[in-house]
Amino acid sequence: MLAAVKTGWRTFWGRWNQREGYVFVLPSLLHLLVFFLIPLGFSLWLSFHDWRGLTTRNIPFVGLENYQFMFGDTRWWNAVWNTLVYTFVSVPLGMALSLLVAIVMNQKIPGIYAFRAMFFLPVITSWVAVSVVWLWILDGRLGLLNYALSLVGIDGPDWLSDPHTALFALILITVWKGLGFQMVIWLAGLQAIPKELYEAAIVDGANRVQQFRFVTLPMLAPTTFFMLITGVIGSFQVFTPVFVLTKGGPLGSTDVAVYRIYERAFVNFDFGYASALAWVLFVFIFVATLIQLYYMRRNLGGMYGR
Amino acid sequence: MRKNPYLLPLRILAFAMLCAVALMMTAPFLWMLLTSLKTQQEAFQFPPSLLPARPVWENYTQLFTLVPFGRYFLNTLLVTVAVVIGQLFVCSLAAYAFARLNFMGRDALFVLYLATMMVPFQVTLIPLYLLVFQLGWVNTYWGLIAPGLSSAYGIFLLRQAFLTVPQELIDAARMDGASEFTIYSRVFLPMNGPSLATLGVFAFLGTWTDLLWPLLIVRNPQMRTLELGLAYFQSAVPQFVQPNWPLLMAAAVVVMLPVIVVYLMAQRYFVEGISLGSVKG
Repeated sequence: MLAAVKTGWRTFWGRWNQREGYVFVLPSLLHLLVFFLIPLGFSLWLSFHDWRGLTTRNIPFVGLENYQFMFGDTRWWNAVWNTLVYTFVSVPLGMALSLLVAIVMNQKIPGIYAFRAMFFLPVITSWVAVSVVWLWILDGRLGLLNYALSLVGIDGPDWLSDPHTALFALILITVWKGLGFQMVIWLAGLQAIPKELYEAAIVDGANRVQQFRFVTLPMLAPTTFFMLITGVIGSFQVFTPVFVLTKGGPLGSTDVAVYRIYERAFVNFDFGYASALAWVLFVFIFVATLIQLYYMRRNLGGMYGR
Repeated sequence: MRKNPYLLPLRILAFAMLCAVALMMTAPFLWMLLTSLKTQQEAFQFPPSLLPARPVWENYTQLFTLVPFGRYFLNTLLVTVAVVIGQLFVCSLAAYAFARLNFMGRDALFVLYLATMMVPFQVTLIPLYLLVFQLGWVNTYWGLIAPGLSSAYGIFLLRQAFLTVPQELIDAARMDGASEFTIYSRVFLPMNGPSLATLGVFAFLGTWTDLLWPLLIVRNPQMRTLELGLAYFQSAVPQFVQPNWPLLMAAAVVVMLPVIVVYLMAQRYFVEGISLGSVKG
């Protein structure tokens, strides 16, 4: 007992002696405190208060009223629904298309670096710059896309101003912009697959489709898992494309959760309610992640012995 | 292995497909570039012309005379450089401590940093804005720079790199009486150039192209960044009036250009950083 206390004290003293570590960590710790931990606590506090405008006086505690109000807020639920549609269309579509491109890129093809650089152009470009050109391409009357469609006799809609097509157009632009990024992740996953597995499959007489089904796909499972989770988390938080392309319109058809939070907070200055919405979205994201973790673990568990 | 007779046609097909995808990826940018060289009359022609009849540079000169894009450029440059340098310094310091120093509460603290990466930005955004507002940092460079000076991702990335430095080097340096700061600055920083470059490129791109934070805390037009300036410039056009597309395209080209240059110079580090997060992390 005494010996245990003594070694415990010694480790403590030894570690305390290396307190230079605290000096090294201090700047980032201060940053974490001021720009993350305090705002995090403040945000929760806000969600139980009625804070409107930028005055700091007279902020009443309202308990769960903000959360109760949310249940009857049809604009919020419309935004949640749009977010779900956006996520569950754009994530699988983007993953599938980028995997296809990655598989082709993984062959020995001339000019790989040039292709990669070109696929990356939309990734590194900001949403604002991208929106400038897409707004014009998708313009109903003078846009390039409708001009191209008119050549084959199709009368295209006013893509981003028509409530029936706006969300769809937004999804397509998102997929277009993210393709290069996702492709690189798939490519890293593909290149990590040992060549021997394909050789063994060929010896067993597997054709290309079978090789893909029984070697490539299972070996890519961790990458798929990573992309699905980060993709869903990212899509639930979509804001910038909506802000620069549609501002949530027309008729709320592209209004998404974070855009609703943004408008409530920074257009209506209703900080308390907006904070409550942010926390609800956080819970949605958390639950969505847990569900995916559960399914992935159940399906991958045997393979990785976890 | 038997030679596959379908290999050559398959390769050609693959090449053709990549060319088609590359065209889809780059066509909007080509269109942007071409339009920025057209006069306004030509841009409104219907059917549209592909190549400008006679390339004009006026849109680019107008950009810096009609709109203060020069000022936006300097604002963005200042903020981005400060964030990149600050983040590299702060993150590498913390990464050194987490990788190589043994102090009390180290592992718990590291887990805390990792946990912060799971909290979505919109949860802390509102209080962060109110905080910056109360501190009087609205419309200041400091308000634009300060929130970006450290990142959990950066600490994580550099810690992984610092863990691979051989312990013998540290022991030898300590034997020679080097302080921890000397070991950090003379051994760790020079040995981890590529990882620092990766973080630098990510910090650069993230800050340069950020819209939301400048949108919230910049009210004074003189303090706008390029992104914000372009966004305002775009929305300043009244609805149902066709905007001056060639001028807008020229603005977009100017905003994009530095990012493309940096990307082309640092392509390797960028791609490395992405795959690091997915496969090894």
